[in-house]
Amino acid sequence: MNKPEKLPQRVRIEADGTVSIAVGKVELGQGISTALAQIAAEELGVDLSKVKVLAASTAYSPDEGVTSGSLSIQDGGKALRAACAELRGRAEKPSSEYKIVGTNAPRLDLPGKFAGRASYLQDMALPGMLHARILRPPRPFAKLVSVPDHPGLVRDGSFAGVLAEREEDAIEAAKKLRAKAVWSDGPAMPQDIYAWLKDHVAESKVAKENADPAAKARGVKRLQAEYHKPFICHASIGPSCALAWMKGDSLEVWSHTQGIFNLRKEIALVLRMPEEKVIVHHAEGAGCYGHNGADDVALDAALLARMSRGLPVRLQWTREDEFAWEPYGPAMVVGLQASLDGEGNIVSWRHDLWSNGHTHRPGRAGQPVLIAAAELAQPFERGPAVDPPLPAGGAHRNAVPGYDFPDFKVMFHYVREAPVHGSSLRSLGAFGNVFAIESFMDELANGDPVGFRLKHLKDPRGRAVVEEAVRLSNWHSFSKSEGRGHGIAYARYKNVGAYCAVVAEVEAGGAELRVTRLVAVVDVGLPVNPDGVVNQIEGGCVQATSWTLKEEWKPGTVSWEEYPILRFSEAPPVEVVVLKNSFPSLGAGECTMGPTVAAIANALHDALGVRVRELPLTAGNIAKAINA
Amino acid sequence: MKFTVNGKTVEVKAEENTPLLYVLRNDLGLVGTRFGCGGGQCGACFVMIDGRAMASCDLPMSFVMNKSITTVEGLEAKHPVQKALLAEQAAQCGYCMSGIIISATALLARNASPSEKEVKEALDKNLCRCGSHNRVVRAVMRAAREQA
Repeated sequence: MNKPEKLPQRVRIEADGTVSIAVGKVELGQGISTALAQIAAEELGVDLSKVKVLAASTAYSPDEGVTSGSLSIQDGGKALRAACAELRGRAEKPSSEYKIVGTNAPRLDLPGKFAGRASYLQDMALPGMLHARILRPPRPFAKLVSVPDHPGLVRDGSFAGVLAEREEDAIEAAKKLRAKAVWSDGPAMPQDIYAWLKDHVAESKVAKENADPAAKARGVKRLQAEYHKPFICHASIGPSCALAWMKGDSLEVWSHTQGIFNLRKEIALVLRMPEEKVIVHHAEGAGCYGHNGADDVALDAALLARMSRGLPVRLQWTREDEFAWEPYGPAMVVGLQASLDGEGNIVSWRHDLWSNGHTHRPGRAGQPVLIAAAELAQPFERGPAVDPPLPAGGAHRNAVPGYDFPDFKVMFHYVREAPVHGSSLRSLGAFGNVFAIESFMDELANGDPVGFRLKHLKDPRGRAVVEEAVRLSNWHSFSKSEGRGHGIAYARYKNVGAYCAVVAEVEAGGAELRVTRLVAVVDVGLPVNPDGVVNQIEGGCVQATSWTLKEEWKPGTVSWEEYPILRFSEAPPVEVVVLKNSFPSLGAGECTMGPTVAAIANALHDALGVRVRELPLTAGNIAKAINA
Repeated sequence: MKFTVNGKTVEVKAEENTPLLYVLRNDLGLVGTRFGCGGGQCGACFVMIDGRAMASCDLPMSFVMNKSITTVEGLEAKHPVQKALLAEQAAQCGYCMSGIIISATALLARNASPSEKEVKEALDKNLCRCGSHNRVVRAVMRAAREQA
């Protein structure tokens, strides 16, 4: 949150008795509008059906920063609760009196979506609107040398697009022009991204340390291992889209960005306009799972609107644009070392992480970061991805072990130079870090992964999710057979957020690894909408399974054929338990990602006796580990 | 160019090779059929043609001339599939759901009581990124029971 103060326009009671709430957090398909409406209805003592959540806009919404990091309930919900209580002139309700918060209110947006009504930014139309497609080089950061003239072609340096009254004409023209455009060679993509990262460290810093030389000296056995996480795509089903309209010297933009105020700042910077002349409205897109192409397409549309003679522009990125240009979740290398004492307790731990930053969001620095900024005739130099400090962190999110190790050190070897555009993907570095930490815990556990974890974990809430996952999955009566295995993993998201333990069961007999069952137990404090939490947990488990089994972005990936994701026949059943308590509510959207990948990797080891330390867990990487 | 959409005959001015999707969305305002990939790979743009779920994003208008098309908007109000999806709260962002509703409706029309495996196979052409798969399968099974 940029500004914690309560703005008066956050809650408004209308003449007809309905309540409008203006929130800075935006709907990304995670159900946040419904949960925030529940909070407002609860505090104001009105029926949920009377609450309307306004689409966020820089024109009237409070600046609540970016909708990310599983903070919408923690921060946005808290601010809204306070504003509602203030409006009623009384103290906030104690949670023991809640009647709407804590219930499974059905999602407010689903009836319209299921009926096929206009629900997304992609469905919006403005009067006289032109359809646009963008021309981009086959290789990142190449320069446009030449492109033949064509009706509707607009260009500013290497930034080029085509405008047409009919969408199919824009598509056809772009196809033709892409085939004929000549580009300079861009920089080549590194062959081995993991070796490249370790060779390009800009700065090594201690992320966190607790030195205990006496404990360290008790170590009698030392182990080490290295883990690899590839580039992973957000891969939204609806490619990114934006509308923009230049009216005289002011600009209006419609975007499915996670941060309308930051995007406004970036657009104003790149278009060299005063910020107050730019309005950014939020409209929902397809699920984004972090920072996808939303902001880039919005800057593209804004630049096109400057060349469209005052007509509004709708720019739809193609599926190929999205795969080629979205900011991927960055590749990571994690090296771990541990020392065990004579009783098999971990006395010393070291975590080394090599990665680009995982936060390359617009509007955060004086330098722009979006793609088009560097393509203009008067280009900007794009700023690097820079991560916030712990506990949120970026690449180093969840790099600090969640166990009670007496001596530990976490090093972040930050790589500033980026071979491709990368930024925040659901859970950021936590996916790679927890994969490494929880795989390594199994490697050290000497055959008792549950007991070994509990022996190093004092936090009662952490222990509770592990113990419940063990009980619910019937861990101790799992019947092992050839090619079948089970595994467990645990993490507290960001070390300060939701607690999560996952048990995975797999079959590894055939050509491909199959996940046959997932059990997830979480503690998110008081759930505002318990079924909404379950939905997020189930979805997170299935998406993490897809990342784990299949996903790796490589240069040249432009379609679902090159980037397969989990299909209906492959999705494992997921059993979810949300522990009941009344601790402050914690975000639920991202906490399962790390535990799921590690539980599957551990189950694979249980099934085949092979430790696979490079994602994804494809037949190829499994075979490589067997033959190593 | 004449064809039938949701029981009504319509005439549009479009080229023969224009994909049906853009005519539905931009000429007829039927935006429930969503754009996903443009290559028939993800299922977001499925419509029903003669009882079959088909991608509309790469289907030329010449193919649909004189054919009868059903989009998600053309399903009867409170269709059992949509009702069951609501009962199961079977979506997160919902972007893929129009296509899934079409696939499920086509399945139930040819197989009134499918097994879970048959439901999953019928939906394998539809990609869902939010991970709502289990809820969707439960909803389709529920729809089958409730329409019986």
